[in-house]
Amino acid sequence: MPSDPRNRAPRPGFVLDVDKSTPPILFHHGEQFRLEKLPADRSRVIYPAEPLPGLPDPDESIRQALLNPIDDDPLPTLLTPGMKLTIAFDDISLPLPSMRKPDIRQRIIEQVLDMAAAAGVDDVHLIAALALHRRMTEAELRHALGDRVYDAFAPQGALYNHDAEDPDGMVELGLTKHEEQVTMNKRAAESDLLIYVNLNIVSMDGGWKSTATGLSGYSGIRHHHNVKTMRESKSFMDRHKSELHHSNWRQGEVIKAHGPRIFQIETTINNNTFGYDGPLHVLQKREWEWTARDRATFIGMKKGLDAMPSSARRKIFQGWKAPYELTSVQAGDVDAVHEATLEHCFAQHIVPVEGQTDVLTFGLPYICPYNVNSVMNPILVMCLGLGYFFNMYRGKPLVREGGVLIMSHPTPWEFHPVHHPSYIDFFEQVLSDTTDPIEMEKKYEKQFAEDEWYIHLYRNSYAYHGVHPFYMWYWGASALQHLGRVIIVGGDPRSVRRLGFTPASTMQDALEIASDVVGPSPSITHLHNPPILMADVT
Amino acid sequence: MSRLSRQLDLPKLPDALSPVKRFRSLGFPYRSPSTPRGVAPAPVEKSTGAHYDTAWARRMPARMTRAAIIDGPMRLLVSGLAAPDRRGQDRLDSLTGPAIFAANHHSHMDTPLLLTSVPEPWRHKLIVGAAADYFFGTKLTSALSSLVIGAVPIERSKVSRRSADQAAELVTEGWSLLLFPEGGRSPDGWGQPFRGGAAYLAQKTGRPVVPIHLEGTGRILRKGRSLPSPSTTSVTFGRPLTPREDENAARFAARLEAEVAALADEAGSDWYRARLRAHAGDSPGLTGPDSGRWRRAWALGDRSRGAGRRTRRWPEV
Repeated sequence: MPSDPRNRAPRPGFVLDVDKSTPPILFHHGEQFRLEKLPADRSRVIYPAEPLPGLPDPDESIRQALLNPIDDDPLPTLLTPGMKLTIAFDDISLPLPSMRKPDIRQRIIEQVLDMAAAAGVDDVHLIAALALHRRMTEAELRHALGDRVYDAFAPQGALYNHDAEDPDGMVELGLTKHEEQVTMNKRAAESDLLIYVNLNIVSMDGGWKSTATGLSGYSGIRHHHNVKTMRESKSFMDRHKSELHHSNWRQGEVIKAHGPRIFQIETTINNNTFGYDGPLHVLQKREWEWTARDRATFIGMKKGLDAMPSSARRKIFQGWKAPYELTSVQAGDVDAVHEATLEHCFAQHIVPVEGQTDVLTFGLPYICPYNVNSVMNPILVMCLGLGYFFNMYRGKPLVREGGVLIMSHPTPWEFHPVHHPSYIDFFEQVLSDTTDPIEMEKKYEKQFAEDEWYIHLYRNSYAYHGVHPFYMWYWGASALQHLGRVIIVGGDPRSVRRLGFTPASTMQDALEIASDVVGPSPSITHLHNPPILMADVT
Repeated sequence: MSRLSRQLDLPKLPDALSPVKRFRSLGFPYRSPSTPRGVAPAPVEKSTGAHYDTAWARRMPARMTRAAIIDGPMRLLVSGLAAPDRRGQDRLDSLTGPAIFAANHHSHMDTPLLLTSVPEPWRHKLIVGAAADYFFGTKLTSALSSLVIGAVPIERSKVSRRSADQAAELVTEGWSLLLFPEGGRSPDGWGQPFRGGAAYLAQKTGRPVVPIHLEGTGRILRKGRSLPSPSTTSVTFGRPLTPREDENAARFAARLEAEVAALADEAGSDWYRARLRAHAGDSPGLTGPDSGRWRRAWALGDRSRGAGRRTRRWPEV
């Protein structure tokens, strides 16, 4: 039995060839779990790396990053009395799940503000850079920034959510060489210094995407959040081969030329999603290393969860705060900082994999970036599976063109009415008409994006923007084009069919259905995710 | 013959039947010896005050009893009387090992409030520096103080290395120490200048000092009152401080006082405004204006919040 991972070097991720002695493999299944026996001698399982050690003194590392930035001047020299300072930060969609207190954003922003206080900066605003996501609640802001920062700024109206639909709160900075509009939050754009505090959980985050998307509006975002861009991003987790990022970087050039001076602070965290001990730690262990205690924990947890109503299960899992540790922090010039961030990100996530597979399987967990403290509706199931998990590759997709994707999730016909109002209409109105991203983009996107009621809810309630469900669908557009069939195991058949996918009751049934597309003895690859991994496919 | 027997007019007992007189007649070795002339009398071993041996109160049975008291009745008492709002405990996240907790001091309520507020893992391995002349005056108060709050005697009326050395030794052994560097409770609601004890111990042991600001306990049981009255309180923990290389105990004590003053400012306004004033050296002091008593009391109305708040009744002219 391997020793406690805290007391030894973490093991890298690896590929296990399944044989007859391989135990059943864990599949996340929303707020539940499945154990599935994969066919021997033609299946393989990709396991994530164990958590890299966290920085021993995160606060000191942050201080050093601010004092010794990459390709930029030390932060204290950029701060002057009388200046207009704006601090923007990543919203509730990061990290996943939310991390235990103190959140990294709090640690960084407190140090930044302390330096600003030393310089006598009075005009400071803090903005949650949420683009077209829902607004963060007071409790969520307090969790991310801490009570001290919240109480110091929110009552004066100096800590708030970005509002991309505020007619007086946005400015146009210009056009890129590809004629893409660049819009930005007015306060951020007119600041003497914009400090962006980022939290990279996957390689897609950060860089110019932070400001070009996070502080932008529909007129700017639509230039890269569209079907064409997503299909040309192979994958959008690989920044240098992602059209999504190329477009953001072009917008970044405009921001650099016409926008505020930007001081970027980026961080990476390790894979310690479920902890080294506690009720969920077994989810972070390899199945054959489960002790009798781990097995008892898992059985108890599974039986308990299966007996609970879904609302109780959701409450339990949404309450879980991950004990993530900071693995790197870098500050300074956006491009240079982001390259360093990507290296740290890949150091934790990359697992080398040889060759593609006929059938790709994975279990979808209870959370994705857009259902924190909310419901994972069928559209988000599609987005998480075909958008995020399918794209967790570098090189080429894990599954061959025309292959089959089998994912496991209950996919309930359930929506959060406050957070996802436009999703409900999208599901009823758009998906019942077409699942073709191109067609829905042409026919419906503008109508949803400009709907006054959705805009009102986005600005004043806690709703995602009207256009957001389209983006979720576009996120999976590349996978939809690439795959021969998508099968969901254990999902509500009505919801699964509405998505255009095939429902299956068991994994055996799913493999049987898949054989119609890929033949009788296909090769199978299971992505054992989360904790997060990214396949480097050669 | 006793006064009582005289009053009752009892018959006088013969000497042989009087137990007192029989005991007195026994002499040495049943009684203590007298010191011969020309020989210096042996120093009397004091067993109270700074000389009280508190080692027994740090053994497991006493620790378990104390933990039960702190997490049971003391916590109930504190929530009932003080309704504390605890802030800044996250500032201790990166602190490992023992530390010296230093707070301002208004009331006897401060110690129970802090004993229930200091987070784990320090709470149950915490000793409290208590005035030797007050808490260790008799054997009974000494035993109670040691058992209930884990007190160790600290001399405050004279310069003594004995109590400081003992405290330093305990910190080195892994015990955290709670001190009130003002040396006593506030006489008028304002703080008193910090003495150098906590700073000296930090330098001697190499352990950090955690500044803490307490607000509101004076309204519950201020100096001179014997019955408590419920009120609201706040406990604000600051970042652990370590002495700089070029800093002596006096300067470190001054920095510690400034940090507690900044925490007081934070508790009374907001964190960023407090940091702005702290960096500019403009944090309102803990000790109040240098003026007559009534003006100090009057100025106090600006600082206190909540239940006992006093406000001016007419506008400033």
